[in-house]
Amino acid sequence: MTTTLVSSPISQFAGNRRRRTLWGIALGALCLLAIILSPWVIGEGGLSPMLTQRNQPPSWAHAFGTDWLGRDMLSRSLHGMSLSLRIGLLAASLSALIGTGLGLAAGTLGGWVDAVITWIVDVFFSLPHLVLLILIAFAVGGGTKGVVIAVALTHWTSLARVIRAEVLQVNSSDYVQLSHRLGRSPLWIARHHMVPHVIPQLLVGLILLFPHAILHEAALSFIGIGLSPHIPAIGIILAESMRHLSTGYWWLGVMPGVLLLLSVKAFDWLGENVRTLLDPKTSQG
Amino acid sequence: MLKAEGLWFRYGTHLPWVVREQTLATAPGDVLGLMAPSGYGKTTLGKLLAGYLIPSQGRITLDAQPLPSRGYCPVQIVFQNPELAVNPRWRIDRILREGHPPQLQYLDALGIHSSWMSRYPHELSGGELQRIAIARVLNRHTRYLIADEMTAMLDANTQALIWQVVSAFAQQSGVGIIAISHDQPLLNRICQPQAMIRLNRDQSLKYAPKPTV
Repeated sequence: MTTTLVSSPISQFAGNRRRRTLWGIALGALCLLAIILSPWVIGEGGLSPMLTQRNQPPSWAHAFGTDWLGRDMLSRSLHGMSLSLRIGLLAASLSALIGTGLGLAAGTLGGWVDAVITWIVDVFFSLPHLVLLILIAFAVGGGTKGVVIAVALTHWTSLARVIRAEVLQVNSSDYVQLSHRLGRSPLWIARHHMVPHVIPQLLVGLILLFPHAILHEAALSFIGIGLSPHIPAIGIILAESMRHLSTGYWWLGVMPGVLLLLSVKAFDWLGENVRTLLDPKTSQG
Repeated sequence: MLKAEGLWFRYGTHLPWVVREQTLATAPGDVLGLMAPSGYGKTTLGKLLAGYLIPSQGRITLDAQPLPSRGYCPVQIVFQNPELAVNPRWRIDRILREGHPPQLQYLDALGIHSSWMSRYPHELSGGELQRIAIARVLNRHTRYLIADEMTAMLDANTQALIWQVVSAFAQQSGVGIIAISHDQPLLNRICQPQAMIRLNRDQSLKYAPKPTV
């Protein structure tokens, strides 16, 4: 639904809203894919210390500057971001799996199953997120495994809640009951009425889980119980930069921070655009 | 004959009775008017008759047989709000074909445009959507049609058009209609004076004592 009747050259170039949404999705996905694949493109070259080029501010040769050992911050940040994204993806996917399974079980089985799952969700919600993350990561022994397990076990709650609500709502709706009376089997109804409602929620929920997972992975590494210090994860890079911020080497913290912010924003953007596209109320405009 | 004998219903064991001791019967081709103010259990009674709800006591029979619990139900209901009776993620074409494919003559008679087929429900108005919901059940497998405030939210023109088509369909196919409404003039138009049931407080007392089972 465009508000302007006369299309200017700019709006012609941008196309209608549907095309803009598709562009948004493509751009966001491309951006993230580029960051994930960047270590294989730029290689390990920038990671080795070059003591002659220590503490250089951002320049054409080193867009993100160099650190106190002369390592190129751009390639360190990209390596770190790529690793963080991959770990975040893994943890968020595991979390989405748990959330979907429990949400579907609560919504369809009802009764005490629903009561128990809702109770667990409430317990998770009532505990401070970061405390729980630290506790679980610490309990399973830290490291990469600890981060993945901790993030996967703490992020499924909101998705489970959304999917449970969706299942309950669709199940009690007039059109599902009508479908029964029109002679459709429960399996057919699940396939044709339920799945088209749950899948978009799941997809959008999964995409919006990524930034959380990545930020929490970075947070865990930042306080030192996440990935081991020799791996260039984004949280570790940020933690290291803290020691040098007061001496004026601002680029050590700011540049990787901006990269993290951009990646998280890209996921957020992707999620919003996918949601717009999947909802029939907004997908046609 | 569609018969309901001694129906009792409530939504929970601690809740008041919504339907109390209702008995009614209607024959193919007849139009039965059911009239009462809001809150007297009209919709609940309609849902009981169409098999959406199971009565706490009493039974519903169609030609001396209980209503089938699976397969296309010969007693179909058209609700007041068509927006709730269609899946918002389905296109109109698919909605119409969910039961048995609708007959073209009724699509034409109801003024359903072929250009609506590829649209989503939110792209049609309430009146247009209600015509879709009605066309969905106008087929030869429907033996009784319960019109639960079917045209209450529509303008006079659409109301007249819809009742014309539904009455013609009922006469042609020998379908019995139960019209639930609180619109006295409408019921006067579509059914005989003796075929009008008025639910009153005696029959449907919300805070009446529980029956002894």
